Amino acid sequence: MAQPRTLSEKVWDSHLVAQSEGEPDLLYVDLHLVHEVTSPQAFDGLRLSGRTVRRPDLTVATEDHNVPTTDTHLQIADPVSRTQVETLRANCTEFGVTLHQMNTPGQGIVHIIGPEQGLTLPGMTIVCGDSHTSTHGAFGSLAFGIGTSEVEHVLATQTLPQQPTKTLAITVDGELPAGSTAKDVILAILGRIGTGGGIGHIAEYRGSAIRSLSMEGRMTVCNMSIEAGAKAGMIAPDQITFDYLRGRSHAPTGAAWDDAVAQWESLVTDPDASFDREVRLDGAEIFPHVSWGTNPGQVSPITASVPDPSAFADPVERNAAERALEYMGLAAGTPLTEVAVDTVFIGSCTNGRIEDLRAVAAVAEGRRVSSGLRTLVVPGSWKVKEQAEAEGIDAVLRAAGFDWRDPGCSMCLAMNPDKLVAGERCASTSNRNFEGRQGRGGRTHLVSPAVAAATAIAGHFATPADLAPAGAGA
Amino acid sequence: MDAVHIVTGTAVPLDRSDVDTDQIIPSDWLKQVSRTGFEKGLFSEWRDDRAFVLNREEHAGATILLAGSNFGTGSSREHAVWAIQQYGFQAVVSPRFGDIFRNNAAKNGLVPVVVSAEVSEHLMRAVEADPTLEITIDVERRTLEAPAIGLTAEFPLDDSVRHRFLEGLDDIAITLRRADVIDAYEDTRPTWLPSTA
Ligand code: SF4
Repeated sequence: MAQPRTLSEKVWDSHLVAQSEGEPDLLYVDLHLVHEVTSPQAFDGLRLSGRTVRRPDLTVATEDHNVPTTDTHLQIADPVSRTQVETLRANCTEFGVTLHQMNTPGQGIVHIIGPEQGLTLPGMTIVCGDSHTSTHGAFGSLAFGIGTSEVEHVLATQTLPQQPTKTLAITVDGELPAGSTAKDVILAILGRIGTGGGIGHIAEYRGSAIRSLSMEGRMTVCNMSIEAGAKAGMIAPDQITFDYLRGRSHAPTGAAWDDAVAQWESLVTDPDASFDREVRLDGAEIFPHVSWGTNPGQVSPITASVPDPSAFADPVERNAAERALEYMGLAAGTPLTEVAVDTVFIGSCTNGRIEDLRAVAAVAEGRRVSSGLRTLVVPGSWKVKEQAEAEGIDAVLRAAGFDWRDPGCSMCLAMNPDKLVAGERCASTSNRNFEGRQGRGGRTHLVSPAVAAATAIAGHFATPADLAPAGAGA
Repeated sequence: MDAVHIVTGTAVPLDRSDVDTDQIIPSDWLKQVSRTGFEKGLFSEWRDDRAFVLNREEHAGATILLAGSNFGTGSSREHAVWAIQQYGFQAVVSPRFGDIFRNNAAKNGLVPVVVSAEVSEHLMRAVEADPTLEITIDVERRTLEAPAIGLTAEFPLDDSVRHRFLEGLDDIAITLRRADVIDAYEDTRPTWLPSTA
């Protein structure tokens, strides 16, 4: 009998181009996603050495990190950002790579457009010069972020030398409490294993709480695998996956669809396969979470108070918590629900999909954004934006006082004009609460879309259940 | 990349854990399309503080960066490695690195030296006490030594990575020599796999 294998090992093995003693494995790359920030030096490298892109038909580019979220029909105002985007355009033309330009129907955040176009399929290997490539693992693909030297390597060879990675099982069983979402699941996992907990591992999320998530929710979970340092995060494909993919523009059709599904059904961890490490969480105890610090492992349930650094036994964690509270301008012992925010950002490749916007609209309907609070709702792609508008979500949000924007990475990393100013506090559905991530001196708290929306209405951290009934007046 | 055998010099003690790549080089710097000039962006948000360790005169000319655990986590930006190198560092020592950072470092000839928490702590205190402490990192022997404090530690480095450091090899050239096996693999791919064209 064949050796039992985990899901990631199966995908790894099926992409082996070459294997030799003392050398990393050479893996084939099925899809290479490209954006403007991490690619210019790679294309330059190709030019300098007279190389070409081996498989432009397995490569696709988008403009996302630098693009503004207003007036996208105009040129980018910031000349440095504009140069970077124009460089991508010139490179894609020169090397024959398909590009989704700003303000065109296929454009959006790189990790949103792959799945929605059916380019991300189970069992594929997917790379991008972007750490949140782990998002695509929600489909049972092996997807990970790479550096610019590796981008150049993939452009030139469509392969990547890789050292085999350890495996980590993260099992969440049980039913999530009402009001808890996929975002809370991953924040709770990060709270448990910390920012280094996944380093050197490929994570597989398992258990009934994971299986019950929609594809959007699964993408949210896999997206933040990198926040635990994991190389990738994966979820075995199932009927929910197949239903999501059927009919997407690049997904197989007819007999090819049946062949594909037959193959995808084998993409599960064998019952006797073992992982190098296992972690278990009880889904029933995962309540809505808020981050209070400056790394994504520094999180607490929203009902908790800002922790007291002296309560941390580990001196490194204590030190990190002290620094974090100072940067965040928070006093230990303050209930999180009493912390007021200045800005609410809803979007990013973590939570910029249609289901996220529906969750926000459900909270916003019949209510008003707290006065003086700045909000940005940034759909992850044009497709998401168009669908939301078809469903009337934009109208609900506008009526509630939310600012409805054009797609892009936006305030997730503040390379475009959407930035926090120093000291400004933000409830954000993105993935990183690092110092300065959303603008120099800005203070980021990571939350789910539902908590972000409720926080926008209340003016301080809140869950939808904390709000007065809609229409009950201010 | 250039071959690297031995890195010898003094160190800068950056005694913080979880220094992510957004701290190493903030996103404003990522708009550049060239591969050089990133030294000015290194830790730029912290460097405004005159007391920041990188600004201290006694550490001028250091070639080794001593960092806390979980160094280089977060974003995949290779700019973080370029910034550290272009500033003048040739090696980074930490109990644990983000995987992508560690990979990027190796591809550029910046030596990622993983040591135990105890060794890291020992070095950190020793360099704080004596900024002129000389440290030697030997890629061939996979050792870190600071003779003045009687410290010798081994560090892990895959054989293939070590080989590339010592020879200064270009990965792409190595892979392209195997174009025939890549062709053969491509013939076996299911036809329903998506094309972006
Ligand atoms: S939305 Fe944020 S995390 Fe996602 S690709 Fe853009 S910048 Fe990166």
